[in-house]
Amino acid sequence: MAAIWAVAELAGGRPTRLSLELATLARQLAQASGGTATVVAVGSGAAGAAKELAALGPRVIAVEAPTEGDRPAASVVAPRLAALAGEARPDVLLVSASPDGKDVAGFLSARLDLPVLVNAAGVRWADGGPVVQMSTFGGRLGTDSAFTHGRGIVLVRPGTVTAEPALAPGAVETADPAPSAELPPVRVVERVVQAGAAASIDDARVVVAGGRGVGGPEGFRIVEELADAFGGAVGGTRAVVDAGWLPYSQQIGQTGKIIKPALYVATGISGAIQHKVGMQTSGTIVAINRDPDAPIVEFADLVVVGDLFEIVPRLTAAVRARRG
Amino acid sequence: MRIVVLVKAVPIVGNERLGDGFRVDRGSGLEPNGNDEYVLEAALKLTEAHGGEVTLLTMGPAAAADALRKGLAMGATRAVHVSDEALAGSCARATAEVLAAALRRLEYDLAFAGADTSDGQGGIVAAAIAARLGLPYLSYAAHIEPGADGATVRVHRLSPAGYDVLEAPMPALVMGTQVLGEPRYPSLRGIMQARGKETLTWSLADLGIDPARVGAAAATTRVLTAAPPPPRAGATIIRDAPDVAVERIVDFLAARSLV
Ligand SMILES: Cc1cc2nc3c(=O)[nH]c(=O)nc-3n(C[C@H](O)[C@H](O)[C@H](O)COP(=O)(O)OP(=O)(O)OC[C@H]3O[C@@H](n4cnc5c(N)ncnc54)[C@H](O)[C@@H]3O)c2cc1C
Ligand SMILES: Nc1ncnc2c1ncn2[C@@H]1O[C@H](COP(=O)(O)O)[C@@H](O)[C@H]1O
Repeated sequence: MAAIWAVAELAGGRPTRLSLELATLARQLAQASGGTATVVAVGSGAAGAAKELAALGPRVIAVEAPTEGDRPAASVVAPRLAALAGEARPDVLLVSASPDGKDVAGFLSARLDLPVLVNAAGVRWADGGPVVQMSTFGGRLGTDSAFTHGRGIVLVRPGTVTAEPALAPGAVETADPAPSAELPPVRVVERVVQAGAAASIDDARVVVAGGRGVGGPEGFRIVEELADAFGGAVGGTRAVVDAGWLPYSQQIGQTGKIIKPALYVATGISGAIQHKVGMQTSGTIVAINRDPDAPIVEFADLVVVGDLFEIVPRLTAAVRARRG
Repeated sequence: MRIVVLVKAVPIVGNERLGDGFRVDRGSGLEPNGNDEYVLEAALKLTEAHGGEVTLLTMGPAAAADALRKGLAMGATRAVHVSDEALAGSCARATAEVLAAALRRLEYDLAFAGADTSDGQGGIVAAAIAARLGLPYLSYAAHIEPGADGATVRVHRLSPAGYDVLEAPMPALVMGTQVLGEPRYPSLRGIMQARGKETLTWSLADLGIDPARVGAAAATTRVLTAAPPPPRAGATIIRDAPDVAVERIVDFLAARSLV
């Protein structure tokens, strides 16, 4: 009888898309193990978010806690979770493989002395514990890993499962745990929202990305228009982020974000291993590149050999015409 | 300002492979983890501007010395190398315990770590160290500056919408990103000077850690299977003139219900 917990991440009082996936995954693992699924949501508005999460099946524990700006800080979430999990001793804690999630996981692993399996691209139940599938070494190797002694924390990447409502919603309860040993003070002096923060690449179904081949910030206009035609988001390589053509929040790859959209369109991107790490598990990969020998050709589904400046604007028009 | 920078020695990106027991082969050819070079650069800039010194701290096999030498050539003052036969195959839990123990023996105002490692891609060791030591933890730094009073540190932490300005008393642990700025290349002079710099080598006994708590036998996670992923079906290649090419792209996407 395994107890599977998922930690929901709240933004603006609502669960993130990844949190809904985690709740679904918790339910599936509970079914597979004959155990129970619980989601814990910490932050202001947790009770409201809990209803949305309960629709996916698990029991939800809502913990009202201060939220500065639109997101509760990991230093608020982690000590409360540590108190609840220290008491209930769940077998598995599913946590978002996001910046805040990693902060929470690192804290919990130290405080509860729990191991962590990172970067899960898939989780199944076998031999009394979770088996975590991940891709490593720039996609050259896929591994299955497990905890040596069953219990632990799993950092889950977006897209391992599709969020699906359950036939019967789970029960919602509230809790107000005394935070276990507080984290030392880190003061949020200010939350700065940068003008024109583009649609987030984390959750987008379609990501159109540009590389050095786009030529400059003006070149990104046509990339943006194509993304817009698809209703998607714009991403880029480290080369273009270093050049200041895109903010870091839109960088894809080893030192940027790891994303899994249904469609990834790479324009003027060579496909260096550090970039590949961030997008190789996308559903469909389309590459537009004038070099037929670029490394990306080896892991794309569709390669268009040609000048992006000729192809992208025409593709935008065709997509707009089709989507009406 | 005294800054300790946690630098992991990782296999050269693209050359990683698994050795015995599905463990990452760390026998040779190690380089400083890419992200750790960014925080090292930030540490060097801070001490150049405000005075102080930079100590590199690594836990790794003998070959990690190469990575430390590069950090010393970039400008670090000294290096501490935690090395012990018993550490081979350590998991993230043990790594955090050992590095926390090493930090307890050092004097510092700030400890810096990278956002994650190219071989493990965990991004959790730094948070676990902060929790063990009870240090304020400021993560995903895009900018680091000392507070006006000399007793605090200010960090811009990347957020989904921009950044958060965080402030904490020192000593503190700061985890940084590539946005801090490109690392320098070691100069010829730096490479020469590095030869004369001090490297302390600490064993588990020096740190008072029971070898039974670390290494492969105590690992809390294990790899069950490892195999190259199934190859993607070969790509469809379009070489037509732009108008025809675009028609074919749209047909391809439509067949997959993507447009
Ligand atoms: C520690 C470390 C971490 C890194 N992390 C990341 C990371 O997170 N993400 C990342 O992306 N990179 C990362 N990199 C960098 C990576 O190695 C590559 O340098 C980078 O991805 C290359 O970016 P690019 O494809 O835009 O540029 P390039 O490699 O220069 O490729 C440009 C491509 O555009 C094509 N092109 C040019 N003009 C046109 C045109 N008119 N029409 C069509 N095609 C055209 C060219 O044929 C070429 O293939 C990292 C590197 C290191 C060392
Ligand atoms: N063996 C190690 N020696 C020194 N620093 C390390 C080691 N392992 C991890 N770190 C530090 O912790 C950061 C995050 O590592 P990880 O959680 O393994 O991805 C790295 O960027 C380093 O700064």
